[in-house]
Amino acid sequence: MSTQSTRLAARFMVAPSVLVLFVWMIVPLAMTAYFSFRLYRLLSPERTGWVGFNNYAWFLNSPDFWLALTNTLLLVGGVLIITVVLGILIALLIDQPVKGQGVLRILVIAPFFVMPPVAASIWENLLMHPQNGLFAALARGLGAQPILFLEQYPLPSVIGIVAWEWLPFATLIFVTALQSLSSEQLEASEMDGAGAVNRFRYIILPHMTRAVTVVILIQTIFLLGIFGEIFTTTQGGPGSASTTLPYLIFKQAIVAKDIGRAAAGGMIAVILANIVAFFLMRGIGRHLDA
Amino acid sequence: MARAQSPRRILITTIAAWTVALIIFFPVLWMILTSFKTEASAVASPPELLGASWTFENYVEVWARSDYPRFFWNSVVIAVGSTLLGLAIAIPSAWAMAFVPGKRTKDLLMWMLSTKMMPAVAVMVPIYLLFLQLGLLDTRIGLVLVLMLMNLPIIIWMLYTYFKEIPGEILEAARMDGASLWNEIVYVLTPMAIPGIASTMLLNIILAWNEAFWTIVLTTTKAAPLSAFIASFSAPQGLFYAKLSAASAMAILPILILGWFSQKQLVRGLTFGAVK
Repeated sequence: MSTQSTRLAARFMVAPSVLVLFVWMIVPLAMTAYFSFRLYRLLSPERTGWVGFNNYAWFLNSPDFWLALTNTLLLVGGVLIITVVLGILIALLIDQPVKGQGVLRILVIAPFFVMPPVAASIWENLLMHPQNGLFAALARGLGAQPILFLEQYPLPSVIGIVAWEWLPFATLIFVTALQSLSSEQLEASEMDGAGAVNRFRYIILPHMTRAVTVVILIQTIFLLGIFGEIFTTTQGGPGSASTTLPYLIFKQAIVAKDIGRAAAGGMIAVILANIVAFFLMRGIGRHLDA
Repeated sequence: MARAQSPRRILITTIAAWTVALIIFFPVLWMILTSFKTEASAVASPPELLGASWTFENYVEVWARSDYPRFFWNSVVIAVGSTLLGLAIAIPSAWAMAFVPGKRTKDLLMWMLSTKMMPAVAVMVPIYLLFLQLGLLDTRIGLVLVLMLMNLPIIIWMLYTYFKEIPGEILEAARMDGASLWNEIVYVLTPMAIPGIASTMLLNIILAWNEAFWTIVLTTTKAAPLSAFIASFSAPQGLFYAKLSAASAMAILPILILGWFSQKQLVRGLTFGAVK
C-alpha cells in the first residue's frame, strides 16, 4: 500500500531514535568493557595496564558479590510476591461497589507518584526511626521495645518500602483487568452454585493471568535497578546487609574509586540483566500485539 | 463487574476498602501532617496526630532557603525539557512504525525496549567520564539528554500503541485525495494523535521528575533537581523533621496532582498497551 518514497521517508523518520539509542547503548558499554580489563584506580592513577580477567575474578570471588546477588534476587522476588498477592486482593476489594470510589482510588494510587528519595525518607525518618518514628512510639505505647528496622532488618525494611511504592501500580493494573471481566460469566457461575473461592479460582484468576505476567515483567525491569531507596535509607548497610548488585557496583566506583573492578561488576550485571531480559522479552513478545 | 448488592454488603465493603486505602495512603498523610507541625511537636512522644498549633512556618522557611527554589526549578526544566526533546525524536519514529510498518518493525520495537533493561549502574562510570570530558557534569542540559535517552523507549512504545489505533483508512482516503506525506501528518494525523501525545507527555514528566539514579550521580549542586536534594538531606537528627516533611511535600505535590489525572494513561503507558 505504501509507495517507495513513503517507505524511504519512514526510514528517515525512524533513523534518529535508532541512532541515539544505539549510541546511548553501545558507547558506554564498550567503554565499560574496556575498563573491565584494565587496572584503573582513581586513587593511584599512575598504575595502569591490562589485567586480563583479574577484575572479574576479584568480583566473582568477593563474598560481597554473592551476598549482593542474593539480596538483589530477594528484593525483586520479595517485592513481586507482596505486590502481586496484595495487589490482587486489594483490586478485588476496591472493584466492588463502594462509596467514594473516586477518592478511594486516588488514595490507593498515591504512593506510586512519590519519588523514591521522598518515599525512603518518609519511612526512614517519620515511621521507622528508632527514637522519633511513629512505629517506635506505637511500640513504646504498647510497652514493647522499639524495633530497629533499618539496623536489624535492613533488607526486609527496604523490601517493605519498595513494595509500598509499587503496590499501587500492581493494584491499578489488576483493577483495569478486572473491569474487562464479563459479569455474565460470573453471574452464570454463581447461579450454577459456584462459591466465592471457586469463582476466584476458575474464573477470575485465569482472566488475570495476562495482567499478572505484565506486572511481573514491568516491575522486574524497574526493580532490578532499585537505587534511590537504598541510597537514602541504609546506604547498603549495616555492613553489606542491604547491598544489592547495583549498589555494590556504585560503592566500588564511588567509594573505593576502583573503576576497573566496578566495570567488571557492571559487565557481570549486564550479562545477568540479559539473561533476565531474554525471558522477559519472550514473555512480553507473547503478550503484546505489536 | 458491577452487580446488584445488598446495602449491608456495600457498607461492609466500603468500610474495608476505605481502611485499606487509608493504610496505604497513611505514610503520605503523616508526612503532610508533620509538615504543618512545629519541630518540637513533630518529634513529640507520644506522637501528636495534629500539631497543637498549625503552622506554615516550615514551608516559608524551606522556600526561603536560597537554594530550594533552584532545586525546584531544576526539576521542572529537566522533567519538561527531557520529555519535549524525547517527543521530538519519538513522534516521527512512532508514526513511521505505526503507519509504514516493515518486516523488522516489531524486532526494532523490541530492541528499543531492551535498551531499558541495561542496568544504569553498569554504564555509570563511562557516562560520568564522558560528561566530565564534555563539560556536562552538573548541568541541566546533560541531565535533559540522559533522562531523554532513558525514557525514549517508553515514549516511542506509548506513542506507537496510540498511533496504532488511528484507523488506516483515513490515511488512505487522504492519500487518494492527493495529500502529501507532510500534509497527511499536519492535517490528518496530528489532530487525532494529540490526546495520545498529551498522555505520553504527562507520564514521562512524572517518570523524569521522580528519577533518582542519574540525578544523584551526575549532579552536585548547580543542576541538582529535587530528587537529588531530598536524597542528600542528611538524616535529620531530631530537629528537622517538620522542615524535611515540608520540603518533601513540595517535591511530590505537583507530581501527585499530575499523577491523579493520568491514572488511565499510566496503565496503558507502562504496560505498553497490553492491559486495557
